[in-house]
Amino acid sequence: MRFMLLFSRQGKLRLQKWYTATAERDKKKMVRELMQVVLARKPKMCSFLEWRDLKIVYKRYASLYFCCAVEEQDNELITLEVIHRFVELLDKYFGSVCELDIIFNFEKAYFILDEFLMGGEIQDTSKKSVLKAIEQADLLQEVSLNLKHKMA
Amino acid sequence: MPAVSKGDGMRGLAVFISDIRNCKSKEAEIKRINKELANIRSKFKGDKALDGYSKKKYVCKLLFIFLLGHDIDFGHMEAVNLLSSNKYTEKQIGYLFISVLVNSNSELIRLINNAIKNDLSSRNPTFMCLALHCIANVGSREMAEAFAGEIPRILVAGDTMDSVKQSAALCLLRLYKTSPDLVLMGEWTSRVVHLLNDQHMGVVTAAISLITCLSQKNPDEFKTCVSLAVSRLSRIVSSASTDLQDYTYYFVPAPWLSCKLLRLLQCYPPPEDGAVKGRLVECLETILNKAQEPPKSKKVQHSNAKNAILFEAISLIIHYDSEPNLLVRACNQLGQFLQHRETNLRYLALESMCTLASSEFSHEAVKTHIETVINALKTERDVSVRQRAADLLYAMCDRSNAKQIVAEMLSYLETADYSIREEMVLKVAILAEKYAVDYSWYVDTILNLIRIAGDYVSEEVWYRVIQIVINRDDVQGYAAKTVFEALQAPACHENMVKVGGYILGEFGNLIAGDPRSSPLVQFNLLHSKFHLCSVPTRALLLSAYIKFINLFPETKSTIQEVLRSDSQIRNSDVELQQRAVEYLKLSSIASTDVLATVLEEMPPFPERESSILAKLKKKKGPGAVSNHLLKTRKACLTDIKGISTPSPSADLLGLRAGPPVTAAAPSAGSLLVDVFSEAGVNDDGFLRFVCKNNGVLFENQLLQIGIKSEYRQNLGRMYLFYGNKTSVQFVTFTTTLNVQAKPVEPLIEGGAQVQQVINIECLTDFSDAPLLNIKFRYGGALQNLTLKLPVTINKFFQPTEMASHDFFQRWKQLSLPQQEAQKIFKANHAMDTEVLKAKLLGLGMALLENVDPNPENFVCAGVIQTKAQQVGSLLRLEPNAQAQMYRLTVRSSKDTVSKRLCELLAEQF
Repeated sequence: MRFMLLFSRQGKLRLQKWYTATAERDKKKMVRELMQVVLARKPKMCSFLEWRDLKIVYKRYASLYFCCAVEEQDNELITLEVIHRFVELLDKYFGSVCELDIIFNFEKAYFILDEFLMGGEIQDTSKKSVLKAIEQADLLQEVSLNLKHKMA
Repeated sequence: MPAVSKGDGMRGLAVFISDIRNCKSKEAEIKRINKELANIRSKFKGDKALDGYSKKKYVCKLLFIFLLGHDIDFGHMEAVNLLSSNKYTEKQIGYLFISVLVNSNSELIRLINNAIKNDLSSRNPTFMCLALHCIANVGSREMAEAFAGEIPRILVAGDTMDSVKQSAALCLLRLYKTSPDLVLMGEWTSRVVHLLNDQHMGVVTAAISLITCLSQKNPDEFKTCVSLAVSRLSRIVSSASTDLQDYTYYFVPAPWLSCKLLRLLQCYPPPEDGAVKGRLVECLETILNKAQEPPKSKKVQHSNAKNAILFEAISLIIHYDSEPNLLVRACNQLGQFLQHRETNLRYLALESMCTLASSEFSHEAVKTHIETVINALKTERDVSVRQRAADLLYAMCDRSNAKQIVAEMLSYLETADYSIREEMVLKVAILAEKYAVDYSWYVDTILNLIRIAGDYVSEEVWYRVIQIVINRDDVQGYAAKTVFEALQAPACHENMVKVGGYILGEFGNLIAGDPRSSPLVQFNLLHSKFHLCSVPTRALLLSAYIKFINLFPETKSTIQEVLRSDSQIRNSDVELQQRAVEYLKLSSIASTDVLATVLEEMPPFPERESSILAKLKKKKGPGAVSNHLLKTRKACLTDIKGISTPSPSADLLGLRAGPPVTAAAPSAGSLLVDVFSEAGVNDDGFLRFVCKNNGVLFENQLLQIGIKSEYRQNLGRMYLFYGNKTSVQFVTFTTTLNVQAKPVEPLIEGGAQVQQVINIECLTDFSDAPLLNIKFRYGGALQNLTLKLPVTINKFFQPTEMASHDFFQRWKQLSLPQQEAQKIFKANHAMDTEVLKAKLLGLGMALLENVDPNPENFVCAGVIQTKAQQVGSLLRLEPNAQAQMYRLTVRSSKDTVSKRLCELLAEQF
């Protein structure tokens, strides 16, 4: 996978993850261009499109578009399920996730994505394994917070 | 503000984010951000040491600002400080900031690498994973230099935790992708392959991505992965839907891993080990069978995961291209998907079928779906699906269905989306040429193309139709008639005017007999379009006009009148003005003979790969396509006659000096890879036999065809020798000739040669050589080859000796303009007198000494024997050593013979 983008129906970028070195300027240009293309598509259209030398696989969940750019030879359907599994992970973590969760806890969204995908490849497909890693971290965090409250 | 905060909930951050969201304008947002940046800067610079929590909060705010699209130029140091915190969340935010905002600041990289090194050696798996993630996210060369040696060790160490192994595998993959030279193969590589056997599915999933990438680059080193992958796949495919617990996704066992295993196998040829291969075929069959079973869930996730595996399996089947049974099953399965209600599946089925269409085994099976695909082209609502349908039609097109497919594509063009029109036009043009059996259909198709989508018809397309019309004299009359009719339309596309101008300028005489298309009618028709055209088209039309003066002397005064008018001769465009002036002058001072030589019909274009195809190949790549098709045409008149028309655009008249076209080098071996080989006739060897009777006609990696032939009077006998250059049999070897031939042995053993004899009788004079079609199977693949048999009219010459006086008397007798054919051409070989003599003798005529007053010139005489008649022919070849040019003149009692001899000979010297 080359990159993953999350953006809203209004064209606001909510999350971007790049798996190959790309200059900031090019990133902005690509995001703008791709958002335009995807937002212009109608609901019943297929989830795949050719864009530049890449294949774009996207899916809309409520107000958010999840959009992956993969290589020519990559499997489109399984990429669609990569997106779905990521949504499930967010959902499970936040408890019926909505766009606001991702806005206010953007760093968590990045952590979850990192546990799931690394360098553009799937690290683990098991929901349990991924969430275990994240929850472990939260646990560590809460422990240290409690300590702090006690000290205060 | 919603109370959505998990874990620590950095309250300050949440407040800031909601402030930003409440900003009414971009300006307000920038103002708020600048305020925050100033605040953070003062905190970072302040005397009071910040605690870890505050540092984390501010770094996180900076990150948020950066992700909003603003530049951040500070905070890096604070983020690096967070890396060495022993609080997990602080470390995590530090790493996130570094991952997103890498800075090439070398001092910083050193510090970051230090922190990573500490974490990697901490033996704390969560810290190790964070460090590995950071390396993978940044993936810079500096990091590869620092860690490419260490990570393989972590990956294969016995005591490494599974989660760390997963991260290490993917981290290494990232480094290998960015700096392959720094990741050295070694003892670890064999142990990595064995991770395919790991008990932990997550480890296998992560490792297989690495193994696939490494296998692509070093297939030999990793080939043991094939059998491991097959057995792993087999275990997954045969497991029940609940066996794999958390790795079962909507009742599909391990879909991601299955896809990756199937993808890994595509790096290799089919397994050689029979047992492994058997097991794999079984897996593939099971996957195909499962597609027919009722779904275990109605959820789209279930069908997507299942079909993802199915499509990957089909890719593997296509990759092997060796199991006809599986290929046909795959095709049938895709056929079902073509009518599926899910748009995604229809799209993928069309895409996948495109590759199936190119397999010998499934091409026919794909063709049975033609109606469905045509229907998709017409009814799909999504342009990207329609595009796939058009691609598939293109891929499944062959001689049997070309007319239907081209017709459908043409009718689709009328309503096609603008985004795909140009590509469609190119595809139609290619198919029309590739599968043209009769060239009138080809001409009709291209003219329709111009009519329907003129704006999208690139230069290449209309250049090509002209090339073909010029090279095929059987279609010239038809082309002239059709283009004349097309120009009758009150509004026709400028490209139509270009084609019309060119073709009528060359071949208008072929329809001039009909009073409805008399020379003046043709001229007036063309001229009625003149004023609506752009400068390059007008320039082309002016050239057509001067050609008219030569073809039809009766139009001379009318055309001179037009050229003389102020709008031409004083045109503000320098190119048009120059043409008008020069053409006017040329038509007034040059004698008919000179005019006839200067404005002679264009010689045939050298055969070459279709420029349209080249364009289609380039289309996906960046950069404009520049075409030199016409600019490199042989243009020799300039040198001889001293007429020069400097022209900024491609000059169709060829009056401009250009590099000579070198004779097509007798290339061997390229034939079977040539995309056009099936349609185009290979005639590389053909011209080499005009002046000789024995030799090698054709040779590629597989096959060599030798020829021996002898001729007497109007009879000939030709021996063809088919040599198998390989060590494998050619089976079902057949040859078909459009004349009668004895059948040839259907089987040629490796290294063996078979012979075929052809008896030839010349009934009447002819221009087209007999075509020999050769088909055979080599390995599994069908080879198809069409050659021009080197039987040319000159083979039936009887030499005639005659004295100088007789020669010139005879020459004068053959003075009708159509009895003479003349060509002026550049020397392709050294102008050696002895070689020339040998060639002329090989031609079959008598070479007459002391006839031409100029001893440099050669004259020959002979009679062609056909059953119907005898055709006396005289030839004169005038070399010009200084200019490295020849002038060849042939006169004979029959015009077609003069023309054909001239064509054949022009390529010989």
